[in-house]
Amino acid sequence: MRFRINLLSSFFTGLTLLATLIIFAILFVIIGNVVLHGHKIISWEFITKAPREGMTAGGIFPAIFGTMALVILMIIAVLPVGVMTAIYLHEYAKPESVLTRTIRFAVNNLAGVPSIVFGLFGLGFFIQFIGAGMDKFFGLEVIWGQPCLLWAALTLALLNLPVVVVAAEEALRAVPKETREASLALGATKWQTIRRIILPQALPGVLTGAILSISRGAGEVAPIMFTGAAYFLPYLPHKPTDQFMDLGYHVYVMATQSPDVEATKPILYGTVLVLLILTLLLNFIAIFIRSKVRRQMRQSV
Amino acid sequence: MNQEEITMEEETQAQTEPPEDWEKKLEKPVPKILVEKLNFFYGSTQALKDISVGIKENQVTAFIGPSGCGKSTFLRCLNRMNDLIPGTKVSGKIYFDGTDIYTRDIDLSELRRKVGMVFQKSNPFPKSIFENVSYGLRIQGITDKTILEDTVEKTLRDAALWDEVKDKLDQSAMRLSGGQQQRVCIARALAVQPEVLLMDEPASALDPISTAKIEELIADLKKNYTIVIVTHNMQQAARISDYTGFFFLGDLVEFDETSNIFTNPKDKKTEDYVTGRFG
Amino acid sequence: MENSKTIEKKQQAESIIFKRRFHLSEFIIEKIIFLSSFLAILGVVLIFAFIFKEALPVLTSLEVKKEVSLKLFFSTTIWQPVSDFPRYGLIPLIVGTFKVVIVALFFSIPLSVGAAIYTSEFAPVRLKEFIKPIVEILAGIPSVVLGFFALMVMASFFHGIFHSTMRLNAFNAGVALSFAIIPVIYSLAEDSLNSVPRSLKEASLALGANPWQTAFRVSLSVAMPGVLAGIILGLGRAVGETMIVLMASGNASMLSANIFDSVRTMSATIAAELGEVVQGSAHYNVLFFIGASLFVFTLIINSLAHLVVGRLQRKLAGKV
Repeated sequence: MRFRINLLSSFFTGLTLLATLIIFAILFVIIGNVVLHGHKIISWEFITKAPREGMTAGGIFPAIFGTMALVILMIIAVLPVGVMTAIYLHEYAKPESVLTRTIRFAVNNLAGVPSIVFGLFGLGFFIQFIGAGMDKFFGLEVIWGQPCLLWAALTLALLNLPVVVVAAEEALRAVPKETREASLALGATKWQTIRRIILPQALPGVLTGAILSISRGAGEVAPIMFTGAAYFLPYLPHKPTDQFMDLGYHVYVMATQSPDVEATKPILYGTVLVLLILTLLLNFIAIFIRSKVRRQMRQSV
Repeated sequence: MNQEEITMEEETQAQTEPPEDWEKKLEKPVPKILVEKLNFFYGSTQALKDISVGIKENQVTAFIGPSGCGKSTFLRCLNRMNDLIPGTKVSGKIYFDGTDIYTRDIDLSELRRKVGMVFQKSNPFPKSIFENVSYGLRIQGITDKTILEDTVEKTLRDAALWDEVKDKLDQSAMRLSGGQQQRVCIARALAVQPEVLLMDEPASALDPISTAKIEELIADLKKNYTIVIVTHNMQQAARISDYTGFFFLGDLVEFDETSNIFTNPKDKKTEDYVTGRFG
Repeated sequence: MENSKTIEKKQQAESIIFKRRFHLSEFIIEKIIFLSSFLAILGVVLIFAFIFKEALPVLTSLEVKKEVSLKLFFSTTIWQPVSDFPRYGLIPLIVGTFKVVIVALFFSIPLSVGAAIYTSEFAPVRLKEFIKPIVEILAGIPSVVLGFFALMVMASFFHGIFHSTMRLNAFNAGVALSFAIIPVIYSLAEDSLNSVPRSLKEASLALGANPWQTAFRVSLSVAMPGVLAGIILGLGRAVGETMIVLMASGNASMLSANIFDSVRTMSATIAAELGEVVQGSAHYNVLFFIGASLFVFTLIINSLAHLVVGRLQRKLAGKV
């Protein structure tokens, strides 16, 4: 009896190991496939030149540029707001007040909203309400009331707000309360303490959140499909009211709407590879920073 | 004369008048800090009961008693560090140089500059030694390098640490030993030139040699500062303090010159504690 | 008497260093911090408001209701908004979503829960630190890449095995979707299993149970709320996911019980049709309506998951 129980138990244990290995395999196959078919096309030319001949030749530089411009604008919008929200929640707010709980509720739920709903919001609010309103107010033709970098970036900023807030709060929480007390006991004001002592110590954690949000921003397509991304533009975006090309959007359109799949396959795989490298690299960096910080904290306790 | 009176009137509006006969209540000189009927609650638990005591200027006053009896709580009332803990209530008055520190108009930063604190567990900032000690000055807007450097040197000398660290002021303070870190914290507190220095078990986490150094330091400091110590080490209190108060279960059972407390206590509880029958 | 009192006041005045000073910069900064934290609330409120604003005509406007209404949503099984006789049958979309999600959960739950159990109960310490980051890498793959993979590689692969009539179908999309959900379920499940106190596991082992019995009967049952919350969140994510289904499911709004048929999910419908819809038209309102439904659904899911996790925390603290 004992033997049978133990045998069955070993079997189930083995199953869990199998599950783990299958997940590893999935990751390996996906990345492997992309690397296998994509690495051939990656070259300096690919990264720095624009596409030609109906996406069958040339490079994807405009998509890289557009993605970067998008992400930079997004970070400028989301990082200050997210960090300040975290500071408010952790340093100023009364723990159980209605306001605090409402903010937390809002942040948590924002995290679960489907990305296409953000796209809808970007279209309905930013472009058609704010943008069109601005055009009317300034008596312009359609300048602000159309898909562009600015609105796409703001949409992504809203999408990533929870990521930044959660990471920043975790970072603030990690600062030991004795350090805070020491500063206040020397006569520093609350804000001086935050600025000089707490924020510098919380910086790595905040950075992790920023990098994770950049990685997400670079990879999301649904929020930017209708708020600014375009498949082919003969110019690079140079003002916030310009449209832009984007790596993820490029992959989507090319994969689903390309007239000649075989011909565009190399560029397609190359684009996917670039996107993958970009997002995974950013994730690595963020995870690395986070584990380094956690190790540091364990040492100093 | 009338004009002066009027402007004076405006300036004093912020301050609550101390009781008219406070100077008669205690012998002169007037105490630096006067505590009157202080009650303190953590939520619904009362930690301090009707504490009244005067802290004399340029003397070392020690508070002893078994752990958990309110000594640290009392200390933290003196510079309003307890404000940081949510759910606490205070009643009674604490006068610093005649001003009630619990009035609404108090500038907390200023109070804490004048009443400095050294914590039980040393808490240097994860910055260089120089940045630690000069922190208190820099937040006041003092950026003059000469002033900062001179103050850092002076206070590190006062804290008996200068010789050990003078060549490594740029090193992180976290790399120093426990005893050295505590002395950095003392230097840091001294740098803002407080009038009173509160020390919560300043040597409890230290080895005997560092402890001896710090006790030496305290004896030295009282020439220029008023010192209030909380300690559970009776011998330490007997060694270094001029006045001692005995706390028991939130009550200030007895307060007197140190020699009296230890050789001729008036209350039985005090006697039991100092003779080691409990604690 | 007058004089000495004045002098006394003067002395007291000179010792006033405590009058509260008004720090202007501090005040401004605090206000800015306070205001910016409002933006999170504002964001949710605005999303709510705007999506519902554009969705409302489906319920309220007489004109729109001629073409489409709640009743009409369910009175037809055809979704064909772009035609001479537009019909907005929601049922194929709902069923399509359901099919894809079921497939996704079917694959992702055993894999992620199994891996979570392995990681927290059986894996040697050094391996543990290795497994979690790898799953996080999976989480870092953008969904458009997963959709791409499903479209370019998996579709043909499954076609070769199952010989389905349609290459892009619910099964294909569902499997790809499971890749996206696995990290979601895994991280919550693993965290919950980890937070089961060691003393409980030790007690079980000391009574003669082997590691599997301990894992299954003790750890898993204690951590079940957390695992459940992970599954709930995974479900929410699956329902809302757009790019994978857009690329891998075939996008045909047909109604059938066969998981190897093409489907159209609710989220993919929005993505596929929003580009060509006329602003302010009934079709436009309908797309927003679908978006609003998705939004409400995820709000419910989130709250549910929260409640369940709260239960776990109280259980561990001994209050349940």
